[in-house]
Amino acid sequence: MTVAQDQPNALNFECETGNYHTFCPISCVSWLYQKIEDSFFLVIGTKTCGYFLQNAMGVMIFAEPRYAMAELEEADISAQLNDYEELKRLCEQIKRDRNPSVIVWIGTCTTEIIKMDMEGIAPKLEAEIGIPIVVARANGLDYAFTQGEDTVLAAMAQRCPTAAEVKTEDKEERNAIKKLLNFGRQKDEVSQTDSEYADHPPLVLFGSLPDPVVTNLTLELKKQGVQVSGWLPAKRYTELPVIEEGYYTCGVNPFLSRTATTLMRRRKTKLIGAPFPIGPDGTRAWIEKICSVFNIEPQGLEEREAKIWASLEDYLELVRGKSVFFMGDNLLEVSLARFLIRCGMTCPEIGIPYMDKRYQKAELDFLVQTCSEMGVPMPRIVEKPDNYNQLQRINDLQPDLVITGMAHANPLEARGINTKWSVEFTFAQIHGFTNARDILELATRPLRRNNNLKDLGWNKLVKETV
Amino acid sequence: MKLAYWMYAGPAHIGTLRVASSFKNVHAIMHAPLGDDYFNVMRSMLERERNFTPVTTSVVDRNVLARGSQEKVVDNITRKDGEEHPDLIVLTPTCTSSILQEDLQNFVDRAQLDSQCDVMLADVNHYRVNELQAGDRTLQQIIEYYIKKARKQGDLDTTKTEQPSVNILGVSTLGFHNRHDCTELKRLMADLGITVNTVIPEGATVEQLKTLPKAWFNLVPYREMGPMAAQYLEAEFGTPSVDITPMGVVDTARCIRAIQGILNVQGAAVDYEDFIENQTLHVSQAAWFSRSIDCQNLTGKKAVVFGDNTHAAAMTKILVREMGIHVVLAGTYCKYDADWFRQEVSEYCDEVLISEDHGEIGDAIARIEPSAIFGTQMERHVGKRLNIPCGVIAAPIHIQDFPIGYRPFLGYEGTNQIADLVYNSFTLGMEDHLLEIFGGHDTKEVITKGISADSDLNWTKEAKTELNKVPGFVRGKVKRNTEKFARDRNISQISLEVMYAAKESVGA
Repeated sequence: MTVAQDQPNALNFECETGNYHTFCPISCVSWLYQKIEDSFFLVIGTKTCGYFLQNAMGVMIFAEPRYAMAELEEADISAQLNDYEELKRLCEQIKRDRNPSVIVWIGTCTTEIIKMDMEGIAPKLEAEIGIPIVVARANGLDYAFTQGEDTVLAAMAQRCPTAAEVKTEDKEERNAIKKLLNFGRQKDEVSQTDSEYADHPPLVLFGSLPDPVVTNLTLELKKQGVQVSGWLPAKRYTELPVIEEGYYTCGVNPFLSRTATTLMRRRKTKLIGAPFPIGPDGTRAWIEKICSVFNIEPQGLEEREAKIWASLEDYLELVRGKSVFFMGDNLLEVSLARFLIRCGMTCPEIGIPYMDKRYQKAELDFLVQTCSEMGVPMPRIVEKPDNYNQLQRINDLQPDLVITGMAHANPLEARGINTKWSVEFTFAQIHGFTNARDILELATRPLRRNNNLKDLGWNKLVKETV
Repeated sequence: MKLAYWMYAGPAHIGTLRVASSFKNVHAIMHAPLGDDYFNVMRSMLERERNFTPVTTSVVDRNVLARGSQEKVVDNITRKDGEEHPDLIVLTPTCTSSILQEDLQNFVDRAQLDSQCDVMLADVNHYRVNELQAGDRTLQQIIEYYIKKARKQGDLDTTKTEQPSVNILGVSTLGFHNRHDCTELKRLMADLGITVNTVIPEGATVEQLKTLPKAWFNLVPYREMGPMAAQYLEAEFGTPSVDITPMGVVDTARCIRAIQGILNVQGAAVDYEDFIENQTLHVSQAAWFSRSIDCQNLTGKKAVVFGDNTHAAAMTKILVREMGIHVVLAGTYCKYDADWFRQEVSEYCDEVLISEDHGEIGDAIARIEPSAIFGTQMERHVGKRLNIPCGVIAAPIHIQDFPIGYRPFLGYEGTNQIADLVYNSFTLGMEDHLLEIFGGHDTKEVITKGISADSDLNWTKEAKTELNKVPGFVRGKVKRNTEKFARDRNISQISLEVMYAAKESVGA
């Protein structure tokens, strides 16, 4: 704390290495199987993993056609069975029953501990059964919640084809985004629109977003003459974007640092380090950064941002001057805090499971800038927070809103503290200019609920104090 | 390796944590990697719990793995001891950390040296037992620990209470309607003039465990949690137990008679026959429901029952004995206790299915095509796909199993709730009658959905008026049947004549 007081313009980072709760990184299955339509996700783990996906995430019964557990039993753990043969049996069954374009093996803590050689087995099995197998180690020993997606995308980044690998007849099919944007227009018209783009090296964006958001961000960049050549992941595994050395890449989510590293080191692409397109401020900064790399003078962004802010006024009235505390869960915390501070809130603490200061540098700088422009104190950033200590701090600070995982929400509400589930921000569409309203819709819901119920005096619903 | 899409019972540590966090002022430390600690989410969200779940994860990450976890686990136990002053801390690994093969008992012994509270390792094999078995075992282990402790300290009082008294064993957090069942059982015991000595583990303190021998008998309502504890208490103190689940009118009576027998052997002179008769015939609505015209329409209808041992067995008996429904298949996912289940239900159903594979049950349902299913959330899901109604009677738990209103499954109020569940699960009475008139459940070849959705067929004014006279809840079906009839015969205009022809054709 003292450091922060001495240098009011610097962020204060701490690592509590405490006992904290986030969802398991294998939860990424719940949104990735929907995003990649021709995929099959096989989580190789124990009953504990399966029960989590089934009961806490509620995935199983709905995902059944494209998701399954390879449940490790006692004989697997004690190495009485051959991993290769077992996985072959399961994958052959999956091929027979579902015939996906790709099988994604999701490794877990257990495969780490028993040191299952997934990377060694996959290429052999892939050759044998004729379906690509992507291996992602989304385990809780190394990663938290949303980082599961990072492990999958990092693995897929290595599978993106080079231009030479893509046959010409495939090319049209591959460029699904372009097709999407052309809305089925004829070829002549399309080549005409190509001239709307500035001449710049190919740009590939990474991060799994719902299709409408993908279209939205792609169009925002198109307005500035920036052409997006592809997204990682694409809607289909067979449509993974072409990646060549020297391509530019840019992420849309703060938890994708491994994917960024893989794209840089393994695929020799150039990473554009920008703040993330969350909130009108973040979206503008993201577009501006991409434009600046391509020497494009962005047009009308300032007006665009101002217009969005004006349209948010009804929500901003509710949050101005209020405080928000992030317990830390999905790694979106810094971006959300920066946006909410810009909305007029203060933020005493940003808990975050993992902080990659290099990948998030632009976002962190933007946070500092936002705090100083809004004239509010810098938040304290606590990596791997201790939830028990955080609860004491929340009790002392009495923030107006706590963004927290599901385990703490009801008990905090019972003690008169407003909460919003962090997981909602993971699943809601929060990227881009127009979706800023959805973030505020979520963040203000407890505050609006309070306004509706304020005369009842139902604040503390537990007898003892915390 | 097993390809699994669905699990009926959770992993072992869930059972242990359900028991530990049911007790008051007991804390559990999970020795587990990040993400294995979703028990807290389940308890906080499903039970809509106001208090912080007394479970803390001692996070296992790469660094801990490299250094060894003893220091961290011991620190976390002693830290929690200082922060919350629990009476007991239960340490449990998960499937993952149990394969590290650490000497966790040694961790516990070390932590005990620096802790005010008792510290215990939950002793279960995470790859051999499931949630239900682990819960049963942990409950017995905690009881044994405190009985031995009291014996050692010389303050174990084994004198029976003056008045007949009971320990209710096996009511726990995240159990299927357990809280409501518990309230109902307490009411029932009060009606029978029996003092409730303890309810274990829900809401009990470990301090109370040494009073267990004072009870005249133990009541074990659930087959899944409590039997091991009851056996232990019987072996130690000779306390008899009643393990008949008081679910349904007949078995509630059987349970009460068993209690009567046990009390009278111990010198009480109780006669509960009048009580049973009064409750059965005049207080509970279930027996009257069985006689009512509504239930008459259920005669011979086919049903499939699937669930845990307790609920699937009891439900099968209720449907067959009390409502005259034909249970084609009764099944359980409690494979480890299959013999008991077979013995309980085989005389009441055509087939018995013991399986943890939801696909097998789904296939059986599709083959049998019952009028209703009584199963778990999974069978409800299967039912939705096959358009067969399903009443949920057993875990795996779901937010819907924690209603705010009072919905016990046990005791006499439970019989009412079950009658409602059965009634609402079948299509009955007026609706049934109308469906028969207009052609029954034609759901397999439905061509258009919804009442006015984009029909390519024209309805004449008269036919439309007639259609509107059909009660709302079957109007959609009547419309679909009529339109299907018209389409099959290339009729584009639906007149009154066509409508009646359709009705006749379906009736024929």
